[in-house]
Amino acid sequence: MPSSPVKANVADTAAPWVVYEPPRGWVALRLGELWDYRELLYFLAWRDIKIRYKQAALGVGWAILQPLLTMVIFSVIFGELAKLPSDGIPYPVFSFAALLPWQLFAGGLQRSVTSLVGNSNMLTKVYFPRLAIPISAVAAGLVDFALSFLVFAGLMFFYGIRLSWAIVILLPLVLLALMTALAASLWLSALNVQYRDVQQMIPFLLQAWMYASPVVYSTGLIPTGFWRIVYGLNPMAGVIQGFRWALLGTSAPDELMIVSVIAVFALLVSGLYYFRRMEKSFADVV
Amino acid sequence: MSDVVIRVENLGKRYRIGAQQMRYSTLRDLIVGKIRNISLGNRRKPVGEDTIWALRDVSFEVSRGEVVGIIGRNGAGKSTLLKILSHITEPTKGRVCLRGGVGSLLEVGTGFHLELTGRENIYLNGAILGMKKAEIERKFDEIVAFAEIEKFLDTPVKRYSSGMYVRLAFSVAAHLEPEILLVDEVLAVGDAAFQKKSLGKMGDAAREGHTVLFVSHNMQAVSALCARGLLLSQGNLVMDADMLPVVRNYLASGMPSGGSVEWLEAEGCPGDETVQLRAIRLVNGSGKVTASFQSSEPITVQLDLTITRLDRALVIGFDLGTPEGVTVMRCYHNDGGEESWPKLGAGYNRLECKIPSGLLNAGTFTISPRISLHCVKWIVSMDAAITFNVELTHGRSPFWNVLDGKTRPGVISPIIPWRWTTAKDLPAYTHTDSPDVARKSSSAPNGTGARR
Repeated sequence: MPSSPVKANVADTAAPWVVYEPPRGWVALRLGELWDYRELLYFLAWRDIKIRYKQAALGVGWAILQPLLTMVIFSVIFGELAKLPSDGIPYPVFSFAALLPWQLFAGGLQRSVTSLVGNSNMLTKVYFPRLAIPISAVAAGLVDFALSFLVFAGLMFFYGIRLSWAIVILLPLVLLALMTALAASLWLSALNVQYRDVQQMIPFLLQAWMYASPVVYSTGLIPTGFWRIVYGLNPMAGVIQGFRWALLGTSAPDELMIVSVIAVFALLVSGLYYFRRMEKSFADVV
Repeated sequence: MSDVVIRVENLGKRYRIGAQQMRYSTLRDLIVGKIRNISLGNRRKPVGEDTIWALRDVSFEVSRGEVVGIIGRNGAGKSTLLKILSHITEPTKGRVCLRGGVGSLLEVGTGFHLELTGRENIYLNGAILGMKKAEIERKFDEIVAFAEIEKFLDTPVKRYSSGMYVRLAFSVAAHLEPEILLVDEVLAVGDAAFQKKSLGKMGDAAREGHTVLFVSHNMQAVSALCARGLLLSQGNLVMDADMLPVVRNYLASGMPSGGSVEWLEAEGCPGDETVQLRAIRLVNGSGKVTASFQSSEPITVQLDLTITRLDRALVIGFDLGTPEGVTVMRCYHNDGGEESWPKLGAGYNRLECKIPSGLLNAGTFTISPRISLHCVKWIVSMDAAITFNVELTHGRSPFWNVLDGKTRPGVISPIIPWRWTTAKDLPAYTHTDSPDVARKSSSAPNGTGARR
């Protein structure tokens, strides 16, 4: 049923009836409603970005420093000491190309898991599509992403690596990384409303997830066949493989990518349904 | 009226008690509980004694343009009703049908962020309340002017005084123009002048043909604003009639008259997790707890509280009122200079306020405890928690007896000293009146009211 309860101007007498009844059975996703609230989405993301670096001396410089320092550490430990193969690409560029989508994903997940609990007063006092909260928290990572991409461009120039036409696929890959973060956070943020254990688990989960993704190593290390399919179930594996290919021209996406895309959609759709089901009790439980 | 815009049918809402514990329930508890249930073979009953109906079987209709006041004691279900109408929470039973855009004001400043400036918060808060960007831009100047914060528009709101903060928060909310407006006690923010302005704004909304549902503990405000009243008690709709009879009925209903109300159990006493009201007592001049007083003796109002977390903004007191809903006065523990404030401590506290003898007229009065975090939120706001009677005995003048049993007019009857000057001392009169007539003339009293 159509429901956009907050409307500004006084409309005609023939306004449609909106009915609120006890929830039963499967719920409609009502994604169209989100479109009506797109300005709220924008403002929430804007707020997240705006306050993140307030009262920090380096301000937005952190968005650049974080991936840069991580890259330096990875290059020393995994590149120099462990001498992990990097598909013939200088290790700093190799790892940075993976850190771009990884930090977009990890940052988005981290912020959005606590987003519902952190905005509990909004949940209990105002109506709006609750999906706006995790979505805006994930989307807020795009600014950081754009900034670290500039650093990456500098690194490419420094190492004299040319971009190829494959870069056009970057946009769908960024979208895929965002969808992965959103899909995971739909499950986890809704669970966190009831069980605060989830937020305690996140740092560990992200660490394990990073090693399960080809951030410090190459997908070339994964044997083909069955295990490669299983490995692809982690959507970030496909995203990172795609990123490296689009930016550095390493091995092209294969069956691993297909599995990853399917996994994202499955996780996202199930997450949406789970979230919609749980959101009815958010105001009572949070 | 046929033009119904809100239809509530057999509405019920069940909550779990112990929601406090549920809130922090952990996965471990869940797992342990499940294992225990399975091993002991007793499945938990889905509806047990650990649930409570916050609303039961409430039905009513509201037509376009009506302004309806919803009153009732704390826990009567008023806020739950507004939350369901606002679509924040789902009903357990029955249904709600609404026609037209709904704007709800259950709190001011929802989503405000301290690090953001006033300007930024206006946009953010407006968007959260459901305004479009273009609409906010159109009303921006009006919002700023209403809140009186022009100079601080680009200052982070964390540097605002609490008064400025709530003014801004209210102002954004007040410029929402939905067809149906749901308001929950948000008018009680800011100083008196601003409250008056806010009430005026509400009145405007009503006059412009908006439908308004208004929850309040302020009987004067609801009486002034609303034509129709709904009285809720323990989740039931007990009265639906004109506002004034509803207010009268509410204030007269079920009031304990023994001179004290006590909550022996920590569970169910008024308050929140930081402060709980445990007892209210009325004590006469000879130290006896009673509900009948003579005006020649002081009336001591005792408030017993348990404080678990002391907040600097904590304000404790009561409203002295009449059964008609008129507030005679409000007393707070920190009305005086800072040096005179009671030193509250964590744990059990007893606060006493002595209403002086010779102040109140004969009649029935009510005490409504009020505990709040100043300009932040109400912790306790119980209307007419206790009533008492006063018999007029403090007048020593023989003229006071002339009325013989009838009371003097007025809610209070303090005896205020009079001053006089005779004609010979008044320069204006010395040359116009004959000097031998010593005419007494009274001058204005030098005090306008009795003060404690």
